[in-house]
Amino acid sequence: MGKTLFDKVWEAHTVRELPNGMTQLLIGTHLIHEVTSPQAFGMLRDLKLPVLYPQRTFATVDHIVPTDEREEPFSDSLADAMIKELRKNCADAGIRFFDIASGKQGIVHIVGPEQGITQPGTTIACGDSHTSTHGAFGAIAFGIGTSQVRDVLATQTMALRKPKVRRIEVHGRLAPGVYAKDVILHIIRRLGVNGGLGYAYEYAGSTFDNFTQEERMTVCNMSIEGGARVGYVNPDQTTFDYLRGRPYAPAQGDYEAAVARWKSFASDPDAPYDDLVKYDASDIAPTVTWGINPGQAIFIGENIPAPGELQEKDRSTAEEAYAHMKLRPGRPIKGTKIDVAFLGSCTNGRLSDLQEVAKYLQGKKIKSGVKAIVVPGSQGVAALAESMGLAEIFREAGFEWRGAGCSMCLAMNPDKLIGDQLCASSSNRNFKGRQGSPTGRTILMSPLMVAAAAVTGEISDAREIFGLS
Amino acid sequence: MALTKISQLAGTGVYVPGDDVDTDRIIPARFMKCVTFDGLGEYAFYDERFEEDGRPKAHPIDHPKYAGATILLAGRNFGCGSSREHAPQALYRHGFRAVLAESFAEIFFGNAITLGMPCLVMDGRDIRALAALIDEAPQTEINIDIPAGEVSMADVSFPAKLPDHAKEALVDGKWDAIADLLEGLDAVKATADKLPYMRVA
Repeated sequence: MGKTLFDKVWEAHTVRELPNGMTQLLIGTHLIHEVTSPQAFGMLRDLKLPVLYPQRTFATVDHIVPTDEREEPFSDSLADAMIKELRKNCADAGIRFFDIASGKQGIVHIVGPEQGITQPGTTIACGDSHTSTHGAFGAIAFGIGTSQVRDVLATQTMALRKPKVRRIEVHGRLAPGVYAKDVILHIIRRLGVNGGLGYAYEYAGSTFDNFTQEERMTVCNMSIEGGARVGYVNPDQTTFDYLRGRPYAPAQGDYEAAVARWKSFASDPDAPYDDLVKYDASDIAPTVTWGINPGQAIFIGENIPAPGELQEKDRSTAEEAYAHMKLRPGRPIKGTKIDVAFLGSCTNGRLSDLQEVAKYLQGKKIKSGVKAIVVPGSQGVAALAESMGLAEIFREAGFEWRGAGCSMCLAMNPDKLIGDQLCASSSNRNFKGRQGSPTGRTILMSPLMVAAAAVTGEISDAREIFGLS
Repeated sequence: MALTKISQLAGTGVYVPGDDVDTDRIIPARFMKCVTFDGLGEYAFYDERFEEDGRPKAHPIDHPKYAGATILLAGRNFGCGSSREHAPQALYRHGFRAVLAESFAEIFFGNAITLGMPCLVMDGRDIRALAALIDEAPQTEINIDIPAGEVSMADVSFPAKLPDHAKEALVDGKWDAIADLLEGLDAVKATADKLPYMRVA
């Protein structure tokens, strides 16, 4: 009987079984940022413990960084204290820090792959639930809490229970105007926001085979929104080509050996799975959320579901969603007026996201009255986009071109919704209050759909606005 | 590191209805601008409890009837979304010592157990029945028996489940894994030495 990638990586990283039956799992790569690490360093100091493998921890600053006025001290003194705390903790422990001045700063889940730190067959942890992003490389990547950040700093391990594995196959080609974001929103809509509880998701099928590395990242990124802590794609030539030559990827002479090792982690054809679901790419249309969790999603041409069309168990959350979103059941989502358009985040803040939008946005203007911002996922993405002329296209269209960070995905920096503003967003969470205003409203969608909404001032079908067919 | 053995808990309860209550709702992100967890308690469920101008919204956990409640009752998929440990920290620092829900999101569950705050799964009907009992007699104590997997109030009891590993961890006073993990450091190094990427820095 064959094994899944998950089984192989788990076995290679198992240190021992703990007395309570959990596994002590080695975490090869640890990524940290300013929000969930300071308390962990504080705990280490209380316990008088050193960082065991400082060379296997990498830090950056993303959640609280302003995207406009980036000089220190930041106007928000709390944010300023957080970056200084991280800088000091990294210096004291000898941890590499991709600081703002390095030119490598950015959202932790964009920086890891970009630097070649994220590699197949490895285990990765980070105090952030979107760590599942790194699974796109055939790594097993866990979002963790702060006490576990402490555990990894002190022991390079965590106590974990092995989840089950569900294989999610998507076959066929996506129609023009349909993107990886639509695939994951569709999966979450079908399986539910808690459907992945207790599972790791293995994404497979010809749609994934044909995806670029960045498209795979978009899907893996939102695994947690479907309740699965881990999501991954088996590594292949696309993965190996992406990693070649990146700063922390194996050097030229070691590269072939690394690729051979990486290949050996891929799931065997006869590997057993605890569950299997299949979707057809041609059934997926541009998808938008209408509610207060990412599972409350519909195709752009559909109407907001009425309570009677929902399963009984979903009705109370739906009622809460109608009230918060100020949307009426049974009505089209298309045509809903927007106030803000946000393009960025660890889900969709990569170069290919910006390239795809710029291709269609060129020569167009955003609707007067709409505030539209582009926040590149990293300084690396920003620099490339600027050198390729993409930034100029966005500025010409009326978007504000900002510095790298998490920004309005969770609004821990100055970028926030005001009052009950409605935001067309390429981010990953439409929770109540997520974008900084308790009454603010979020509609999740692909980057091109965000651009379409920015241009028309309302939720629109990007295929119609930009002439895709 | 000797930790308290958590087998039995007693306290009064409060029901916060709703499914898929995410950790952004439990602790809004703006309150995470801090370098310690101190002081998070007062911000638990903040935007659910207060209007933007600070007027109270009459949230159950602020209702005088449920004052002093240490056991939180909730719906399905409690604690979904962000991995922020700030969420269970805020609940704990607000005074909660256990959560009873229909189901829990995985990361929240692990974070809560690591704080020594048991999260027990109950049937939805039982949650609502217990909530009704609390409503009638809010100052009557609820007893949680972790080894027995039972929650009782007055003369009524309900099954309440915890996975074996979490049950053992709480009952044996090993809910924070750090001591166990530190004992394995030799084995950690042996495992790391077998992985080529661990040698590259």
